[in-house]
Amino acid sequence: MSAISHVHDLVRRRTVDVHSLHGQFAELDQQREAASLGMWVFLVTEVMFFGGMITGYVAYRSAYPEAFRLGSIHMLFMAGTLNTAILITASLFMVLALHAAKLDNRKVLVWCLIAAMFLGICFLSIKGYEYWDHWVEHKVPGASFQWDGPDPRHAELFFVLYFFLTGFHALHMIIGVTAVGIIAYFANKGRYTPEYHNPVENVALYWHFVDIVWIFLYPMLYLIGHRHL
Amino acid sequence: MFPLWPTAASTTADNVDALYLFLISVTGAVTLMVIVIVVVFLFKYRHSKHPVADQVSGSIPLELTWSLVPLGIFMIFYAWGASIYMAEATPPRDSLQIYVIAKQWMWKLQHENGVREINTLHVPLDRDVRLTMISQDVIHSFWIPEFRVKADILPGRYTTLWFRANKTGTFMLNCAEFCGTLHSNMVGKVIVMDPAKYEAWLTGGGAMGSFAGTGQKLFQELGCATCHRFDTQGRGPNLVGVYNKPVLLSDGSTVTADDAYVRESILNPGAKVVAGFQPIMPSFQGIVTEDQLLSLVAYLKSISTPEQSEPVSNRPPVPKSGAPEVQ
Amino acid sequence: MATEVEVPQHITQEIPAAESDYLNSEYGIKSWLLSTDHKRIALLYLFSITVMFFVGGLFALIIRLELLTPKGDLVQADTYNKMFTMHGLVMIFFFLIPSIPNVLGNFLIPLMIGAKDVAFPKLNLMSWYVYNLGALMFVYTICTGGLDTGWTFYTPLSTGFASSNVVVGALSIFVVGFSSILTSINFIVTVHKLRAPGMTWGRLPLFVWASYATAVIIVLGTPLVAISMALVALERFFGIGFFDPLLGGDPLLFQHLFWFYSHPAVYVMILPGMGVISELVTCFSRKKVFGYSSMALAILGIAVFGFLVWAHHMFVAGISVYSAMVFSFLSYFVAVPSAIKVFNWTATMYRGSIYLLTPMLYALGFIGLFTIGGMTGLFLASLGIDVHVTDSYFVIAHFHYIMVGGMVTAFLGGIHFWWPKISGRMYPEMWGRIAAGTIFIGFNLTFFPQFVLGYLGMNRRYWEYAPQFQVLNVLSTAGASILGIGYLLPLAYFAWSLKYGPRASANPWNAAGLEWTVPSPPPTHNFKESPIVTTEAYNYEDLPRDIEIPREATVVGH
Repeated sequence: MSAISHVHDLVRRRTVDVHSLHGQFAELDQQREAASLGMWVFLVTEVMFFGGMITGYVAYRSAYPEAFRLGSIHMLFMAGTLNTAILITASLFMVLALHAAKLDNRKVLVWCLIAAMFLGICFLSIKGYEYWDHWVEHKVPGASFQWDGPDPRHAELFFVLYFFLTGFHALHMIIGVTAVGIIAYFANKGRYTPEYHNPVENVALYWHFVDIVWIFLYPMLYLIGHRHL
Repeated sequence: MFPLWPTAASTTADNVDALYLFLISVTGAVTLMVIVIVVVFLFKYRHSKHPVADQVSGSIPLELTWSLVPLGIFMIFYAWGASIYMAEATPPRDSLQIYVIAKQWMWKLQHENGVREINTLHVPLDRDVRLTMISQDVIHSFWIPEFRVKADILPGRYTTLWFRANKTGTFMLNCAEFCGTLHSNMVGKVIVMDPAKYEAWLTGGGAMGSFAGTGQKLFQELGCATCHRFDTQGRGPNLVGVYNKPVLLSDGSTVTADDAYVRESILNPGAKVVAGFQPIMPSFQGIVTEDQLLSLVAYLKSISTPEQSEPVSNRPPVPKSGAPEVQ
Repeated sequence: MATEVEVPQHITQEIPAAESDYLNSEYGIKSWLLSTDHKRIALLYLFSITVMFFVGGLFALIIRLELLTPKGDLVQADTYNKMFTMHGLVMIFFFLIPSIPNVLGNFLIPLMIGAKDVAFPKLNLMSWYVYNLGALMFVYTICTGGLDTGWTFYTPLSTGFASSNVVVGALSIFVVGFSSILTSINFIVTVHKLRAPGMTWGRLPLFVWASYATAVIIVLGTPLVAISMALVALERFFGIGFFDPLLGGDPLLFQHLFWFYSHPAVYVMILPGMGVISELVTCFSRKKVFGYSSMALAILGIAVFGFLVWAHHMFVAGISVYSAMVFSFLSYFVAVPSAIKVFNWTATMYRGSIYLLTPMLYALGFIGLFTIGGMTGLFLASLGIDVHVTDSYFVIAHFHYIMVGGMVTAFLGGIHFWWPKISGRMYPEMWGRIAAGTIFIGFNLTFFPQFVLGYLGMNRRYWEYAPQFQVLNVLSTAGASILGIGYLLPLAYFAWSLKYGPRASANPWNAAGLEWTVPSPPPTHNFKESPIVTTEAYNYEDLPRDIEIPREATVVGH
């Protein structure tokens, strides 16, 4: 492009940058690193949160392995596997979105975010279907729980863990989908540039974390009862 | 005058008090030393007397000393305390066995000869006493301050505590884990008697049958004997001589048939199935109380003492011709 | 010497207020409630936690009044159980944990490191609102049946048997924990990213080290109490079992999850205090701290070891003997860095030039009382003794020595020390000393008898007790009344000082630290330009030798 439009471009970016830099920071780079560090520290708290529940799972599974195996057989294996594929694909779209932000490709950025959002909603819908199925099959812990195998009490414990783990995960998914939606809206308005796209990076980080939690939950809940294919 | 030191009425109490006094001496001396040094500094280096501070800022040898010496002393505290604890965790053989069932807000104490007490526990002097305890509801804790022994009482699981009283008298029994409204009223008495008086008290309760006898009756009434026959023909394992012996399970692992195992097998039989047997035993959850469970434990113990059992094996019965019957 | 002490200018002469400081830059309630200035947020927190302190204190008052007599004759058993439960919860979660970090930490950390604000000022404000949400939920719990499970929420009592407002109560703790986490994230990033040029990690004031370590503990530990509370609430609300033995659940699992947080939490409730003490002892001995590196390492050591010892709260709970032995062993290790700190503070005073001004009185009180509290921790770590004294008044005395004798004392010492910086006014020194003395005497009278009571066999959480314990209980209650008066005094004279206290200069104590290089009170953006740091911390050899002792406040006008 011509020299003038190039300078014009730089000026536009500088103006945008100055608006994005907050007072306590000296440079955009410092601000970006701070925002990123903040999100990583927050994710540590999330690891500890899920870690507590996973500890509970480990404790009970080592005490009652057979009951847990039998409980796992009642999971909807296809739904869980499909959901895993969906979530990993959604993460791929988040990676592509971040890449597009770095390359100033607004259209690709917005569409990748929307794709991730859509896949997230698919995940939640399939999860909802699974919950409904468990309800109909009397596998929801509480008064309506029915179990006609051995060791009903510990089988019910498996389901308690299933609902708590996937329930908290789903809650985080809802937050994630909302966050991605908000980012998509601002991305569409041109808020993000190669110099400043912290929110995209940090929402992507959060999304990847929620994905990784699922990657732990899937084998813990779905694979311990099923034969390997 | 009000007391400042509790009576020591058990062998454990003597050990704990010795350690406590040792700790008071050492920590008291160090604390006093720190306070004295600080007060001396406050005087000697007050600004009106010592207007210019000398920027002494460190000394590795000194710091190493006051890190490692305390650590060494702490290891003594640790080792001594741990040895008392380990002894407390191992009831001696031939301990007198008593069962405790705690519930909001009272103590039920069951002697093996069948005598049952509420909120009071009679024990003989100079005899090891072992308590096997369980709660019917929330977590409680059995504390006899003058014996210096304490153990939490859990729902769903047995816990044990043992002591050897070495003074006669009446001593406090307090619940030491917050258990609801009348937690502070869940108190009782431990009465230590001379052995002769204790025997008299024990047998004076009238003939009510031993605790194990209660368990035996229950074993018949609940139909346990139908499957758990005293030969190798039953659908369930022969339970004579089983108590506290190793048992091979269907998944290949081995467990000891202790109190916890017995209780679990009655309430949740599918959890640990003996090798060679079908998982057909029904659960008695909701059908037996904690008292009844303990009586069954006592009964199984009684048919496992060396005098009573013949050499028995836990090998599965030889299957009858055709498939085993399943109920 | 008979010569007149020359009264320095900054005390008697009226100092014109700075052109614009953070207090007068904007007026109006909205400018406070929507402020993202870390200094204003610190004061918002000061207001909230002071209110909660007196709420918790009211519960304590009822406890001590009931315990004047062996019989339960003041309140009913259920009411008493609610009093001690809520006293514990309010004091721990709504007062102690936020106290130094959210008030002094918020105010001072950016100033101490040479920054204009924290890394995420809006998040900082949000933290305060999340705190208030949690506090509101807790007050709602108080008003709708209270909580009577003990602050430890042990299952199955809390999930299956308590008839109080457990679900909302547990969730209020969940929410206020979130507030701590947000503040801690802010502090960690601030210290990593916003230090001024030349302010290396090795030059940070120990208060910053302590605040940083505390923030790391909070980030790692608080989610566990969050999950514990969430599981209790879920189990109770939906009637399903996780800790329920009837479902094969294990009540001990709750205890492990709960104490995995709640033990490190007690280090959250002492490390910031230790940070304050390092600032006070150095200033009032006019000396650099003895063994700076060891002090910083000790802070980190306490934080790390603090995560390895949680089951020492469970020695009689039914854990295995071997497990208990490991936890007892490790518990002794966490005592070593604390001991190092006490010895190093003492060595800091050696050959210093000591001023017995109010902040120093609090620091000295801390050293004595924390030492006693810490020593009694050694008793509790010893398995044989713990079996006897756990769940008794011995434990209560131990933790009050550390939390009140330690942390609250340090908090008050810090408030006095930094009051001129925060408010621009000096507090009256004589009243400061009177309050410090009253608190010290009242505190010891309240809690020392409780060590004796515990060993004698008086249980904690008991509404009625055996009659032979009465005399010591009466002594304890007498002490509590004195303590209460001691706490009311600063409230009164700090308020008085806002209008009538002499104006303070930028550095009335001639103290080291970047916060003393800006005016009192500081301008909104702290520093006109980023300072460049070239000296180590506590560079007292470069500062004026003396502290000009503040005179009694005369009405100088405002």
